Amino acid sequence: MRRPPPLWRTEMLLIHCPYCEEQRAEIEFAYAGEAHIARPPDPAALSDEDWTQYLFIRSNPRGRHHERWRHTHGCGRFFNAVRDTATDKFEVTYKAGELRR
Amino acid sequence: MSGFRLDRGGRIDRSRPISFSFDGVTYQGFAGDTLASALLANGVKLFGRSFKYHRPRGLLGAGSEEPNALVSVSRGPGRHTPNLRATAVEIYDGLTATSQNRWPSLKTDIGAINDRLGMFLPAGFYNKTFMWPRSFWDKLYEPLIRRAAGLGEAPSEEDPDHYGAVYAHCDLLIVGAGPAGIDAALEASGTSKRIVLIDEQDEPGGGALDDPALWPWLKESLKDLAAAPNVTVLNRTTAFGYYHDNFIGAVERLTDHLTDVGSGSREQLWRIRAGEVILAQGAIERPLVFAGNDVPGVMLASAAKTYLLRHGVAVGRAVALMAAHDSGWRDAFAHARAGVAVTAIIDVRETVAPALTGEAAELGIPVRLGHSVIRVHGRHAVKAITAARNDGTGHARIACDALLMAGGWTPSVHLWSHSKGSLAWSDELGAYVPDRPNEKVRCVGAGSGKWNCGSGLVIDALPTPRDPSRIKAFVDFQNDVTAKDIHLAVREGFKSIEHIKRYTTTGMATDQGKTSNLNGLQIAAQALGRHVTEVGLTTFRPPYTPQTFGALAGHAQGALFQPTRKTCIDGWAEEQGAVFELVAQWRRARYFPLAGEDMLAAVNRECRAVRSSVGIFDASTLGKIEVVGPDAAEFLNRMYTNPWKALEPGRCRYGLLLKEDGFITDDGVSARLAPDRFHLTTTTGGAARVLNMMEDYLQTEWPDLDVWLTSTTEQWAVIALQGPLARKLLEPLVEGIDLSPEVFPHMAIREGTICGVPTRLFRVSFTGELGFEINVPAAYGRALWERLMIAGAAHGITPYGTEAMHVLRAEKGFIIVGQDTDGTVTPYDAGLDWAVGKKKPDFVGKRSLARPDIAALGRKQLVGLLTDDPAVVLEEGSQIVADPTQSIPMKMIGHVTSAYWSEALGRSIALALVAGGQGRMGEVLHIPTPGQTFTATVSPMVFYDPQGERLNV
Ligand SMILES: [Zn+2]
Repeated sequence: MRRPPPLWRTEMLLIHCPYCEEQRAEIEFAYAGEAHIARPPDPAALSDEDWTQYLFIRSNPRGRHHERWRHTHGCGRFFNAVRDTATDKFEVTYKAGELRR
Repeated sequence: MSGFRLDRGGRIDRSRPISFSFDGVTYQGFAGDTLASALLANGVKLFGRSFKYHRPRGLLGAGSEEPNALVSVSRGPGRHTPNLRATAVEIYDGLTATSQNRWPSLKTDIGAINDRLGMFLPAGFYNKTFMWPRSFWDKLYEPLIRRAAGLGEAPSEEDPDHYGAVYAHCDLLIVGAGPAGIDAALEASGTSKRIVLIDEQDEPGGGALDDPALWPWLKESLKDLAAAPNVTVLNRTTAFGYYHDNFIGAVERLTDHLTDVGSGSREQLWRIRAGEVILAQGAIERPLVFAGNDVPGVMLASAAKTYLLRHGVAVGRAVALMAAHDSGWRDAFAHARAGVAVTAIIDVRETVAPALTGEAAELGIPVRLGHSVIRVHGRHAVKAITAARNDGTGHARIACDALLMAGGWTPSVHLWSHSKGSLAWSDELGAYVPDRPNEKVRCVGAGSGKWNCGSGLVIDALPTPRDPSRIKAFVDFQNDVTAKDIHLAVREGFKSIEHIKRYTTTGMATDQGKTSNLNGLQIAAQALGRHVTEVGLTTFRPPYTPQTFGALAGHAQGALFQPTRKTCIDGWAEEQGAVFELVAQWRRARYFPLAGEDMLAAVNRECRAVRSSVGIFDASTLGKIEVVGPDAAEFLNRMYTNPWKALEPGRCRYGLLLKEDGFITDDGVSARLAPDRFHLTTTTGGAARVLNMMEDYLQTEWPDLDVWLTSTTEQWAVIALQGPLARKLLEPLVEGIDLSPEVFPHMAIREGTICGVPTRLFRVSFTGELGFEINVPAAYGRALWERLMIAGAAHGITPYGTEAMHVLRAEKGFIIVGQDTDGTVTPYDAGLDWAVGKKKPDFVGKRSLARPDIAALGRKQLVGLLTDDPAVVLEEGSQIVADPTQSIPMKMIGHVTSAYWSEALGRSIALALVAGGQGRMGEVLHIPTPGQTFTATVSPMVFYDPQGERLNV
């Protein structure tokens, strides 16, 4: 039997959805990894090293982190955010496809 | 004065006597009493035994900071609550409380020998002693420690109570309804703000409850707040944690103070999102550190004042005060004015304000300045104290039956720290006070450090002429940590308070060091010869006080722990006595036993029916996604491993989905209904994950594709008819679809009606038999199922469950993603090379299939396994070795992923992941199990009808 998500970790943050233009509780959203890592248009043209870099290597900074979230239980859209990994505070959220902030 | 109850005064209701019991003895108290005040009134001073040394302990405090007086309250089966602070337990008629950590009784406790053996139980005792040998842990050390050093007993029965939960949103949340909190609420009540004021006690007022002069103000203020429509006041509610973005967790206790708990919730969890927070949590008085400071009768001066003025109870008939702070003097004066003899005021300071000494003289209280208590006489209760001058001379024995301690004040910054607000050291208070906020929050009142509690001397421990290695001066009362233990930790090389804390366990008890942290910090700093701020500060973490698991779980227990998803045919299966299993969140019929059948007999019968006549199976849980748009085929072509663009409308295709890393993540049969419309199916557990993954690619990688994805899992009921007679059964029921094999071949889809209901009819097979999957709108599912059962009776129709489905598919070598694969299996590993479109320039995961590790030889590959003894069904998960004679640990080359009794073959079958498996055909491998090693031969994965002839009928 699968465990339900932990109670507190999933509820406490408030996240602004740039599509709904609403600030909603974290429980409506799902984290989706580091942002601005575009899938190479022709993966076959990449060397093993370059493909490995795309597939596995993430920046994992302490501080400003560009990351993707999905408003899963809202509009369903993926969007980008800048969150400080040390303070867990969101600096800004913006639509997918917009320039890196 | 009867017992220790004063003749008048206090906020108790003397017209409402209450009868309760403690350790089997019945006592009387009054409404408004806590268990602590009521027992004190009856002359009880011994409340418990300490954690490590089993020393007799009485009350130290009067509120939620109490470290000593932990009790258990029992109120019937499953309603046993251990480790409650007697100072926070309200009495009610019939309350049954017991002391803890003593055997056989509180007065005569065997464990007290630990106190005499104290020299053998130094700091780090557990770390040092119970290290070796490892094997002694389970049988000897742990049971010994658990029995000897313990808190209350955990309840053994299921909790019959239920627990509510509520979300609240407010503009202003005020934590703490003392004078500062009430003032803040009054000030804001005139605005349009929605205000919530919460307080952990049974009535609001905080410190004002101890001060009769403030009672008229309190009454008036509470009336004003009650009249304000925008203010909600919650009593008996503890804000236990402060989380991000002003999210506060609080537990409201609803019935623990009632004789009749009724049928409502016992507690209610409040999740509060506040625009702004004001913390008005007050301050906690600090004990002084000296030999014997834990003897029952030695307590905080402020606590004694609370008992005196709020509960009308004297903590002794002759009390003395040991002070380092002015506030204690006022508490002593209050006692004298209430008619309690004050035998001495001892202050470690050489000089105090003349106003204090003047008032003491007026009240006839002997004063000793520049003195400290160096010994407390009495074991179960204070009988007298010895004081000496700070230089160690001039010993004097002073009679008293209670000793008040006034060591200054520690602002309660717990929630402030949870919110990651920074703290600043105040030399004047000898305490950390709130500095910079991290949320929209501010502190007011004593908790802010800006409250006039009077002045005092900040001191780590009182001076004593006695040998410091031979006295027990307690810092952490609940965990039995002494000043000596902290000195020892420093001598042994610990420099950071975080390490000293863990080594000595100071501040790590259930009270989280509310009364001990600052003393421990100052003693460590003094021993290290450094300033307190250089030693560090331990972190406060939620919960502020212990909370019940029930309150945190709320309604998420039993059947409500997580949703159980049921198909529209589930009710029919239940009526037939089906045995169910959970698959992801779905409840699925596993098999349908007839009278007298066990699981194997039922599954064998169900399998025989599918192979010989026709079986009916509820496949409604299959994930379904409608993929629509001009670029739908292009999109699926990029997602799945195999080609989709050439698939004609009316045809189906098995789709294999990889993640970008090249490993199988899902599979399913999908149909093209029209050039721009597909009906996708996914695994039962994978539906949400696959939709999320497809949305991700569609929205963020290929937003130029014009495709729409809609989850239709619950819109369709899916009934699988499988077996040689399936067509014969369907023919008379279907309209608008020609079922003949020439026009409706295997892996095709047709739309029409069945029994008058619109259907998407798939001709597909997960059993290897002629098969159909009938999709109808979910609301018609059960009605259609019942019609098919009636119509199929003549054909021997047999419902089958997931277990038979598993056997039938394994006989055909069809994999179950997640059972035969584990997230490290590529299509090649799974023998699904045929499903990979080698000519496609790209698809999700394709590039990874060319990675050196994926292309390497010797990877684990999925193969069939036939036990040499056909009767042996291997256990799924069993490890496989090539040579059973090798020494342990053996080299494991794979494991069994699926294993069943095959009724069709009259023998067992298995699937296994084996290193280089596809190159081992015919090789004999070994499966060691406890007691016996089995042998099996590697075989192809398709065990039954390898040519697939049974499909083409
Ligand atoms: Zn949204």
